[in-house]
Amino acid sequence: MSIPIILFLVCALVAVAGAVVLILAREPIHSALALVVVMMALAVLYLLLGAPFIAAVQIIVYAGAIMVLFVFVIMLLNAGVEERTDFSKLAKFAGVPLGFFLLLEIAHWLAHSPIGAAIANGAGSSAGESSTTELSEMLFRQYLFPFEATSILILIAILGALVLARKEE
Amino acid sequence: MDFVSQHPVLVAAVVKIAVLLFIVMTALAYLTWLERKVIAHIQSRWGPYNVGAHGLLQPLADGIKFLFKEDVTPPAADRLIYTLAPFLALALGLSAIALIPFGPPSALFPNGQQIFSVVDLNIGLLFLFAITSMGVYGIALAGWSSNSKYALLGGLRSSAQMISYEVSLTISVVGVIVLAGTLNFNELIAAQKGYWLHFIPRWNLLPQFVGFLCYLTAAIAETNRVPFDLPEAETELVAGFHTEYSAFKFAMFFMAEYANMITVSCLATILFLGGWLSPFPETWTWQNYLPGAGLLMLAAYCAWNTVSEMRGIARLQLGVVTLLAGGGGLICLYPPIAAGIQGPFWFTAKILAILFFYIWMRATLPRFRYDQLMSFGWKLLLPVSLANLVITAFVIIWPLLRKG
Amino acid sequence: MSAVPISFYLVLSAILFGLGVVAFVFKRNIITIFMSIELMLNAVNLAFVAFARARGELDGLVFVFFVIVVAAAEAAVGLAIVIMLAQNRQSLNVERVNLLKL
Repeated sequence: MSIPIILFLVCALVAVAGAVVLILAREPIHSALALVVVMMALAVLYLLLGAPFIAAVQIIVYAGAIMVLFVFVIMLLNAGVEERTDFSKLAKFAGVPLGFFLLLEIAHWLAHSPIGAAIANGAGSSAGESSTTELSEMLFRQYLFPFEATSILILIAILGALVLARKEE
Repeated sequence: MDFVSQHPVLVAAVVKIAVLLFIVMTALAYLTWLERKVIAHIQSRWGPYNVGAHGLLQPLADGIKFLFKEDVTPPAADRLIYTLAPFLALALGLSAIALIPFGPPSALFPNGQQIFSVVDLNIGLLFLFAITSMGVYGIALAGWSSNSKYALLGGLRSSAQMISYEVSLTISVVGVIVLAGTLNFNELIAAQKGYWLHFIPRWNLLPQFVGFLCYLTAAIAETNRVPFDLPEAETELVAGFHTEYSAFKFAMFFMAEYANMITVSCLATILFLGGWLSPFPETWTWQNYLPGAGLLMLAAYCAWNTVSEMRGIARLQLGVVTLLAGGGGLICLYPPIAAGIQGPFWFTAKILAILFFYIWMRATLPRFRYDQLMSFGWKLLLPVSLANLVITAFVIIWPLLRKG
Repeated sequence: MSAVPISFYLVLSAILFGLGVVAFVFKRNIITIFMSIELMLNAVNLAFVAFARARGELDGLVFVFFVIVVAAAEAAVGLAIVIMLAQNRQSLNVERVNLLKL
């Protein structure tokens, strides 16, 4: 086994374990921490995939800002242990099998469709690191309009958060 | 041996990390000594004086005391997170320093590895921000897991403060990135080479002076230092997020704070003060002898002090310091070494200057009120750093626009 | 050094997405439900990056960038709503949030 594969397996295990802990933990803050662990593992995988910029953004924005916001809100509301009184029967008996069915379907598609077969053979995975310069060229030329649209989206989100958080007079 | 020869990168990195860790841990310990000494002298006191000559062994004594104290965990605390938080804070604080280049990249080991930086990443600056942005967790989780009102309030305050000031910190730095057009630390420093009028160094300090001020202010707030040390305002919150911590876990938070100070000063040095570049033109070759001369002067002062003031064991200790400084100074005068340590010497000198400024601030300024802190961060610092960015970008774009 | 096949990443992405769906269905705390949405977004991001690598193009990375930006906006508004909800209902349990008006 080469070093990249070992690294991948370790990160994948950590990510899946983090996701499982997210489901099993009863304290919301434990769930939040588990999610941070998943995000860090994914950031390492992005590095492995030759996308260091995305890895850095993943940590800065996701783990460093969004999840801090979650932790902050959990602390602010002093959210205690989760109540688990009435499980939805539908979720238990339909949700889990359906989820597994979805997984199976994706695996089947990966194995049998032509695109899936091409990808499964590891096509094109030899390219080096994607340069941040190229990415920014693309972002500010080809995708300029969506980029500006997201900036307006963020502005609207700020306004929305302000309106919601404002005290009624 | 086979493994060593097969993985030169890995081995060199591990060795460099070990050496850097040793240096940084020592520096952390003596930074506490420096801070106490400087503040004491500003306030007309002596500071630590009894443990070792001039209190030089005080950090060691403090460390031993922290190690042997009873480590109390509050019964209602969340044990796992309570233990994890200080480790998280310290590990993140220390790992950020690994990205810093302490000297020019041209200094190489025989196997082609850079001597003065552990890693030389293409997007080094972004990674540094990634690591420091995770630093909030240590404090927030410590506040939450202690299950104490004061700690929780301290943790809440600090996470709000750090999120707020991180924005202006990042934006104040973007001006420099726009000027240099890169995120790599070594290239950022190399972009500051050269002189105006043959003697004023072409550092970003002058063209980005507003950015520098914004960065310094936001950096003080990021590291939770006076005048922005609201998370641990002892008059309101006992000790803030680490109220419940004792023994070595408390020491770890302390070390993390100092490690963050060092990181932030390194970043200020790289971005605004020309990193490992010398302030004097290269033609002035006498500057190669400055480190040696400085150490010899220190040795001379220590020698005088040993003879005239110290008594008993302190005299012996200061004598050892004298010998070390004198020997080091003589080694640094040897021309090849004198030329080789120029980069680290200037880098360290600049970091020390910024750290001294930090300590000076702490001895001088009173603490902000919480609402003042927030309105300062959002209503003054953020707009100013944004304006700085916009004007910098405009100055860069203007010639291109004129050409059409 | 042989690289990791892209299919590995896609399978991991699928597993994480599945776990995100399970978390979304099973959790009762409104903040954790929100977090499971973030988990699903992360899984999708991993697939995007893997595809970008497989095709040797950068469009996938640009998409990840947009997804992260939208997630940030969503978290800001969503958490503001959660705070409002918690103040009005004194509970974070989604079972208690079954009326459209306050």
